[in-house]
Amino acid sequence: MDSISALKELLYKIADDQLIIGHRNSEWNGLGPMLEEDIAFSSMAQDKMGQSEHIYNLLHQLGEADADTVAFTRNAPQFHCSQLVELPIGGYDFSIMRHFLFDSAEYIRFEGLKTSAYQPLAQVAKKFFGEIKYHTMHANTWLHQLGHGNEESNGKMQESLNYAWNYALGMFEPGPAEEVLIKENIFIGEAALREKWMAMVTPLLEKSNLVVPSPASWAPVYGGRIGEHTEYLQPLLKEMTEVYTIDPSADW
Amino acid sequence: MSTEDNKTIISLDPRISRSNLTGGNHSDVDGLIHFQTYEVFHQSKRGAQHKHVGIVHAPNPDMALLYAKEQYARREVTANIWVAPSSCISATEYEDDDVFTTAPEKLYRNPASYKVMDRIQAFKERGMKASDEV
Repeated sequence: MDSISALKELLYKIADDQLIIGHRNSEWNGLGPMLEEDIAFSSMAQDKMGQSEHIYNLLHQLGEADADTVAFTRNAPQFHCSQLVELPIGGYDFSIMRHFLFDSAEYIRFEGLKTSAYQPLAQVAKKFFGEIKYHTMHANTWLHQLGHGNEESNGKMQESLNYAWNYALGMFEPGPAEEVLIKENIFIGEAALREKWMAMVTPLLEKSNLVVPSPASWAPVYGGRIGEHTEYLQPLLKEMTEVYTIDPSADW
Repeated sequence: MSTEDNKTIISLDPRISRSNLTGGNHSDVDGLIHFQTYEVFHQSKRGAQHKHVGIVHAPNPDMALLYAKEQYARREVTANIWVAPSSCISATEYEDDDVFTTAPEKLYRNPASYKVMDRIQAFKERGMKASDEV
């Protein structure tokens, strides 16, 4: 695979992850557990969609369709998001746990991309690193709060962790194109990313009185990066593209 | 909050008040359900003074900072944010506001009352250094 195709594959999975988790987290809008949290969580969901738009713009520069077309006209099998981000929001415990596991990975991914040899991507990574840092501060604070809250809140967080864990490992699905990206210093590769992620999330989970599932039970849920998705993605896309489908030129 | 108040305020959360829940106890307006408030101070650039901009509800200072960032710094240029528990603020009593009554009349305390511009101008014209005697 040539380096342009490899780069496109990388950009698609980053942008699709952000778009889909952005849409999912926006489902909490108006339903958050308290006013301030409602605003914060919705605001971060907007951030994620904004980040994805910038990555889709990079793809447009590489010859792909424009951001709206790419975001709103594909069906589930054409999406490269990990299955973690498409799962329903569940309770706030699951949404916070996924937010923690996902944004820790985003933090490390973007930290590495800041020095990517592909300059346009490095610039986007530098621009949005602060936003992503806040997202991890938000996630870490909630994780700590609920992990230490009481038996019920700790129990719910542990259940959510157990459920989300193998999906989270699925974020680091190896891609066929990685070697050329690693060789050209564009991206550090999913295996290196996962290793750094593990070193980041493990102590934070432990400090929140949560137990990382035992390695014997690890079974990463792959497939998302090559278009294999859960039953939850297509209905999400249908809802997300409702306005666009009625009027592709609508401005809102 | 007195018992009488509890009869009229179902909850400080408007979503609970609107939903007309029956049964159960929704009148708990103290600590566990309703967080304390934190006063938020916003600084627009390093070295500038922090200005009071409002409050957030939060269970602890860490979460208050998270929310202060989103409520009060998601549009404007920001260098730094402080939060402090509202309970830490000491305030004058409004019934004693007569202590301030005559303050606006004391124009001699206003810097505009000091007639120094002609001396500053003369200083500049002579091109003197600060150490020189005027």
